[in-house]
Amino acid sequence: MKDFIRGSVYVVGDDIDTDQIIPAQYLNLNPAIPEERKMFAQYALSGLPDGGAGLPNGNRPFFQEEAPPFRIILAGKNFGCGSSREHAPIALQVAGVEAVVAEFYARIFYRNCVNGGYLLPFECEERLIDHFRTGDEAEIRVGEEKILNLTSDKNFRLKSLGEVLPILEAGDVFAYAKASGMLPPSQ
Amino acid sequence: MGMTLTEKILAKAAGRKTLSQGETVWVNVDVMMTHDICGPGTIGIFHKKFGKSARVWDPEKIVIIPDHFIFTADQKSRRNVDILRQFVDEQGIRYFYDVGGEKYKGVCHIALPEEGHTRPGEVLFGTDSHSCTAGAFGEFATGIGNTDAGFVFGTGKLWLKVPETMRFEIEGELPPYLMAKDLILRIIGDIGVGGATYRAMEYAGSAMASLNIEERMTLCNMVIEAGGKNGVIAPDEVTREFVRSRTQKPFEEFFSDPDARYHSVRRYRAADLEPAVAKPHSPDNHALARELEDVQLDRAYIGSCTGGKITDFLAAAKIMKGHQVKIDTFVVPATTEIDRRLHTESVDGKSLFNIFTNAGAQLGPPSCAACLGGPSDTFGRLNRALKCISSTSRNFPGRMGSKEAQVFLASPLTVAASAVTGKITDPRAFLN
Repeated sequence: MKDFIRGSVYVVGDDIDTDQIIPAQYLNLNPAIPEERKMFAQYALSGLPDGGAGLPNGNRPFFQEEAPPFRIILAGKNFGCGSSREHAPIALQVAGVEAVVAEFYARIFYRNCVNGGYLLPFECEERLIDHFRTGDEAEIRVGEEKILNLTSDKNFRLKSLGEVLPILEAGDVFAYAKASGMLPPSQ
Repeated sequence: MGMTLTEKILAKAAGRKTLSQGETVWVNVDVMMTHDICGPGTIGIFHKKFGKSARVWDPEKIVIIPDHFIFTADQKSRRNVDILRQFVDEQGIRYFYDVGGEKYKGVCHIALPEEGHTRPGEVLFGTDSHSCTAGAFGEFATGIGNTDAGFVFGTGKLWLKVPETMRFEIEGELPPYLMAKDLILRIIGDIGVGGATYRAMEYAGSAMASLNIEERMTLCNMVIEAGGKNGVIAPDEVTREFVRSRTQKPFEEFFSDPDARYHSVRRYRAADLEPAVAKPHSPDNHALARELEDVQLDRAYIGSCTGGKITDFLAAAKIMKGHQVKIDTFVVPATTEIDRRLHTESVDGKSLFNIFTNAGAQLGPPSCAACLGGPSDTFGRLNRALKCISSTSRNFPGRMGSKEAQVFLASPLTVAASAVTGKITDPRAFLN
């Protein structure tokens, strides 16, 4: 697990469901096949309505072929609600995202991020989407439980990763189960 | 301190006498279900993590039900079903409801109980958020992702955090113009789409005894739309009779203690409710059907795990009988069993099939179909900016296809009444 995550942020609103993160017509792609897994990047967050694509102004598609990727998603309440599709955190990961910061998450999306080891899902104490604009540069200091907005020069507290920290540190649920003796090391 | 129904089931599955809310435990899994869109990814993770020649923990406890992208020309979707077939052969999976033959079922959450895979007291996981539907049978059931499912394939276990329980007590029988869908839309409207996040939702009260098993499934099906981890209803004679008619396997029943600890208790009187609609673009955007009667529609859709059961079609047929639909109306039975019953179940001596076709509705083959959009050739998919009233579960932007489309969620009674008039209509107009 990284100590620092630095890059530009992409800001979205409340209740972004997994259909907006990866629309259902792309679920014919099999994430277990490397060439198909890569293709999810270009469809990540393509289900957002134009007005909600990159707050506060909208109309900024998340994926752009030539542009450097956004590293951090900032979201409001209930990020990742709706379907259980693991294609959602996979799409964000292959598009270059390393962390999401939201007020809270839908349970299945959160589990998928943690158990699959795709992204660090942080929760924040304030409504941070009011303090960041899409394109701002930010740095997450994992150990200090802080996110810095380098563009506005403000910093904000993140909640502790709590009981999922050992899984994130191990890498995924399989590594965690081995480390904790629940799975034999040979598997 | 007593325990809730959910806590007792999880305690048994964890091999414990008691456990506390918020505690993380490893539970033994009774049934692991997957389908055509999450199965291939799950199989990939299983092989990557446990090895190419690994065997699943129990080929009798994995149930594979292709149902999502079935009636499509899309080659990758067809390939995904081939991946399931290969895995079933390789592992000797006993319960596989393959496409294109006698065994094909359709929508997994309805196929599971029909085929006897839902039993009180058990733990069921599915790679689908609506796996919570099975809580209607007095069991713990919830949706998980591919990684978790791959882990279960190899070990038969999964870690879970014991949830707090929100209790919903509903008193009185539902009047004939209301369905379980109206009740759950009201509850989601009250608590919000994140209102039950990480928690169990337990339904109780005198209304439960009067609800048939399918209506109970609707209540549990949509707990995920409030963010709930699982929905659950204590088993009774209705549950037992259904389960025993579908499986010989023994099961154990659990009930909440009178002194169980709840996060909250909410009470509703059935007679106080009115036909409900969730407006675009969120299941908690609650309104009453009678408040929206100026909304002109392009399409009506009756189907899915939420609204494609025989109770749903009996309700819709009661309204549509002797009428013509004014807008394009799509009828999709959840399973092949329900599809057959459209020919044998009747209202006033006319089969449901005849009522729907005479009304001008289009009938499609059993599958998830347009509930989740899917490939562009999916039956009933909203391929452009249409306004649709639907008996399905979700109406976030783009859920049924185009993100320009608007989806209004309602009961099958309200959807049928709206199909006949072409605008959102309170079904009481047809039930006097």
